Amino acid sequence: MNEEIKTREATAPVLKVQDLAVAYKVRGGEIEAVQNVNFEIRRGESHGIVGESGCGKSTVAWAIVNFLGNNGYVKRGSIKFQGQELVGKTGEELRRLRGDQIAMVYQDPMQALNPSMQIGDQMKEVLTVHRGLSNKEAEKNCIEMLRRVYMPDPEDVMKRYPHQISGGQQQRVVIGMALLNNPALLIMDEPTTALDVTVEAAVLDLIAGLRREFDTAIMYITHNLGVVARVSSRVGVMYAGEMVELASVKDIFEKPRHPYTQGLMRCIPKLGEEKASSILYPIPGRVPAPDNRPAGCIFNPRCDYVRDRCRAERPQLRFISGTKSQVRCHFSEEIDPQKWEPSEDLELPTIREEEKDQEPILELENLQKYYEVKGNSLRDVLGFGEKRYVKAVEGASFKVRRGKTLGIVGESGCGKSTLIKTIIGLESATGGEGRYLGFDITKDISKRDEKLIEELQMVFQNPDSTMNPSYTVGQQISRPMLRFKTVPKNQVYNEVVKILKAMRLSEGYYDRLPRQLSGGEKQRIGIARALASYPDLVLCDEPVSALDVSVQAAILNLLLDVQHEFDTTLLFIAHDLSVVRFFSDQVAVMYLGQIMEIGPAEAIYGPPYHPYTEALLSAVPIPDPSVTQKRIRLEGSVPSAINPPSGCRFHTRCPRRDQLPDPMVCLTDPPLREITADHKIYCHHDIETLNSFERVITS
Amino acid sequence: MTAISTTAKSERPSSLTRIWKGLSIIFESRVATVGLFLVVFWVAVGIVSMFWTPYPPNAQLFTQNLTPNAENWLGTDHMGRDILSRLMAGTQVILLKTRLPGEGNVVIPIGVAIWGVVGSLTIGAILGLNAGYRGGWNDQVIMQVLDALIAFPRIVLYLVVIAAMGQGDLVVILAITVTGAPGVARLARSLAMDIKTRDYIRAAETRGEKVWFITFKEILPNARGPLLVDAMLRVGYAIFAIGTLGFLGIGLPPPDPDWGNMVNEARKNIFSNPLAVVWPSITIASLVIGLNLFADGLREEITRYQK
Repeated sequence: MNEEIKTREATAPVLKVQDLAVAYKVRGGEIEAVQNVNFEIRRGESHGIVGESGCGKSTVAWAIVNFLGNNGYVKRGSIKFQGQELVGKTGEELRRLRGDQIAMVYQDPMQALNPSMQIGDQMKEVLTVHRGLSNKEAEKNCIEMLRRVYMPDPEDVMKRYPHQISGGQQQRVVIGMALLNNPALLIMDEPTTALDVTVEAAVLDLIAGLRREFDTAIMYITHNLGVVARVSSRVGVMYAGEMVELASVKDIFEKPRHPYTQGLMRCIPKLGEEKASSILYPIPGRVPAPDNRPAGCIFNPRCDYVRDRCRAERPQLRFISGTKSQVRCHFSEEIDPQKWEPSEDLELPTIREEEKDQEPILELENLQKYYEVKGNSLRDVLGFGEKRYVKAVEGASFKVRRGKTLGIVGESGCGKSTLIKTIIGLESATGGEGRYLGFDITKDISKRDEKLIEELQMVFQNPDSTMNPSYTVGQQISRPMLRFKTVPKNQVYNEVVKILKAMRLSEGYYDRLPRQLSGGEKQRIGIARALASYPDLVLCDEPVSALDVSVQAAILNLLLDVQHEFDTTLLFIAHDLSVVRFFSDQVAVMYLGQIMEIGPAEAIYGPPYHPYTEALLSAVPIPDPSVTQKRIRLEGSVPSAINPPSGCRFHTRCPRRDQLPDPMVCLTDPPLREITADHKIYCHHDIETLNSFERVITS
Repeated sequence: MTAISTTAKSERPSSLTRIWKGLSIIFESRVATVGLFLVVFWVAVGIVSMFWTPYPPNAQLFTQNLTPNAENWLGTDHMGRDILSRLMAGTQVILLKTRLPGEGNVVIPIGVAIWGVVGSLTIGAILGLNAGYRGGWNDQVIMQVLDALIAFPRIVLYLVVIAAMGQGDLVVILAITVTGAPGVARLARSLAMDIKTRDYIRAAETRGEKVWFITFKEILPNARGPLLVDAMLRVGYAIFAIGTLGFLGIGLPPPDPDWGNMVNEARKNIFSNPLAVVWPSITIASLVIGLNLFADGLREEITRYQK
């Protein structure tokens, strides 16, 4: 640590941003998206920038490379790159710099690579154009670079097209391409957000390795506190277009100085916390719009420690004496996060005592959903070809008891959404049995009884598309009531207001249109609409994954309360394991259409567990740099669901396969290991071996 | 949470300000403003002509083929009628009134061009939304039939309809409807295919809503904007079509003056009185250009980033 500080002071910063303000011209004026941003990055340092959506993280990155678009410009401040002022540079000078010295990696690798060019040609272009290397030399360098970003079989990859390699590999190619010219500064804008956790873990490992190996300054932008804890040495926290805190990664997580940073830490469930014993504290209020920022400290309307001075005077980013932390707060020294108490009007769920188990209301028995794939050959078109299927869900069996929550986790494409769609009837099952309180639920919704439709409702992922933009909140919530005739017509208004109140929204929302709502509010309305017919089973398809952490905490609290009040049973899909652990009573882990392990939430997160669960746990980014995780990385990518591996579907990637006495048994279906009555693992390893796995996460 | 509830109450604009806000979007764009000005001008001319024209439009009061002069500002036609009066009156059938066939000369408000577009909009939207939302065989059948219709040359289609049914305002409306519907259907279909992927459509499906409810109550309101802009352009095309039909002599029947017909008749005397061809041509062009500019400007403003 000390050494790190010494080297910091010894070298000049690669990038120095001072009092940066960026404005966008819009209809009827301009918006200052970013103001008062200060930070510097030195060689070999990885500087994280975290913040919620819309706080200006990406705008800062674009300002550095001058990608602000036609209507954006740097209004004040300076950006110094290796001592050179970038603000005011002409396009041609900047273009040279961008190619040679500054490289950028974006969120979606598929959009960064040209789909119609071979990867080798795209990579070589960087060297032949900017450095004037010959084709042969360039090829040699590219292969070397691919090897350094841990691409298996680089010579072969050079000849492939982007769609022929997996998403994680694509991102590695993009990173490798960015490093080809040995840039002094590498800007990464959410490079792993579009990737699955296991893939993300591998890419994060790569970035951490690059930091050691190359002497590059890295600017790492993300909204995920767990990711930032893993890759960066210093972190800047942004809020509403301002840099509010700058400190080493250790200080940010252990001794956050700014009330906003402290609030963020209280919002996120730590892996291992559960709803029975811990509470998430959302930050009250919401981020102000850029044209409507408060006077004084920008955080003052949401701050628990607000005083008169905060409303009158804008604090400057200043060093806390005796530390390396900078904070934009008048009273930072006087705030002790340990003594923090939630203010009285903060909505918090009541912690529930363990209730006794009620009867199971949803029972699945080998439920199966296949999609037919249409081939392109003449035989297929004429209908003589062999029928092929995507085996989206295979042999799903579980029971869910009334009032409980079943969390379903798995990587994208593992069939969790299909499973939910089949249960609710958007798709009809192709095999197996499913019963909801005795009703058959294998048919699709058009063949279901009205009473059954009413009992199963759904909450969706994307707050922007969950509401019909043409109708007011009141109209949308009242529709299920009118449709199922659960409420007499003249009572509907009162009933809607009652539900709005349960969502902590006032009556004034009745006549609002969706475009007047924030993301969190839209999600509340989405939940309200699902609850309007008082269903017994609500299926939540990633209800919080598109939301910012402070909003996410509020929505999770709300769902907990709703469940308590209405005794609703929930099926909860999420890819964030800490959220699932926090929220669910039971967890099912899915891989390639099959349930690998199902059991009580607390049992899943410690041994005995399925090797896949183990790998998932090892991959989750944990927002706490002091925690150590055992390093297990999965090889290759998820196989195609059209042609899944026979036997145990996980065997092609299983890191524990070699520990089996006879690895060939993997080609047969894995037996069911019942650890307890509720905890089941589908694995060829026997219970003792499963028990002997050591814990993945130790703090 | 108190912060949220207070803002909820204060932010409710009255309906009047909301309408004004909606209109003000037009004046943001210079193109749309110019277009709107042209359209409003011709609507105003049409309304005025219902009560007053310089001379009765069908009266043969003057010498034939006069060039513009103090009495007849735009001159007279081959039968000695005042061109200005005829141009003014010609606006009515296109934009303001439709004459129903039969005894008694019953007239309903709103002109032939607009009814024609309303017709193609209705049929096109019904077919297109259903094709787009249902997909599969429904989509195939509906779109193949409409594509076959598009494959016919438009003029031939007009001729067939009018030859089969005779001349008349309603027949022209039908001709415009039939030729316009496939285009509207294509647009509606693509909009429906996009909108049906949204979560609120899933929500409606999980409520077990009927297909008609989803297409017309959930999808249509969100497809409204692009469809209306398209309709505005289509009114322009319809006016063109009416002009073409008039020029061929199979358009709107007399006695009301018809711009296309005026061009056709003046054409015969083009060497002695060339301006008589120019006036109705300019009239048609300015109204069509006005509608196009208005639609383009509106589309640009609607799709632009809003604060």
